[in-house]
Amino acid sequence: MADSSSSKAAFDLGQGPGRLLVWLYGVFTVAAASRSIVQMILDFGRAPLAYVLSAVAAVVYAFITYSLVRGGPAARRAAQVCCALELAGVLVVGTWTLVAPSAFPDATVWSDYGMGYLFIPVILPVTAMIWLRRAAADRTG
Amino acid sequence: MIDALTLAVGLAALALAAWCGFAFSRDQSTKDWHFIGMAVVALLAVVQLVVGVVRLSGGDRPAQGMAVFIAYLIGSAAAVPAAGFMSLVERTRWGSATVAAGGVILAVLEVRLYDIWGG
Repeated sequence: MADSSSSKAAFDLGQGPGRLLVWLYGVFTVAAASRSIVQMILDFGRAPLAYVLSAVAAVVYAFITYSLVRGGPAARRAAQVCCALELAGVLVVGTWTLVAPSAFPDATVWSDYGMGYLFIPVILPVTAMIWLRRAAADRTG
Repeated sequence: MIDALTLAVGLAALALAAWCGFAFSRDQSTKDWHFIGMAVVALLAVVQLVVGVVRLSGGDRPAQGMAVFIAYLIGSAAAVPAAGFMSLVERTRWGSATVAAGGVILAVLEVRLYDIWGG
């Protein structure tokens, strides 16, 4: 917490492998946000649940992108929580779309575990959590 | 849309991805030649954006809707330049990985553009 002034060599979340994560999270923020905005404007009634879930995904992605860029221990912890949320979201929504497809007349970003997005939605949070964990270990060690 | 152009952008994007992926595997950052390659791919994507807008203003309509089509056109034109800027800041192998990911993303966007235009 208080060591931010002396942390010249501190782990920057948005550098190295983190840069790739920032890029992918940024792309998914834009993808999920524009998808849900366009669909909500055009025809919200068609699949309101799916569109709201896409919007939620967009908010989560945006927050993780922001946290990775901001860096520091607080942002790291926040990003860790959000990645766990994201993974839970992908798994719940993925299972939900398979069990009750009738609730989803249109797809969300997280439908079928993100199959429409090359399964990146399920791979990304796992990778990010490994990265954030390493950032934490680096800080203490 | 011109199918040949969509195909060309997609293949060029994949080639760029492979090239930068190779640099990543050799633990190299992006070099001048990579940036020239990015410029070529980005230019192709901009040409496609122009062609798309011209076709729209000529009265042609994409099968899956205007808004989605325009959003994908803008996204495809922005993808490689954005990745390029990130690799300018990140002078390690991870900068190369970022551009490689950008190439793959552009190729996916091209496939989607083809679907959106044709139905």
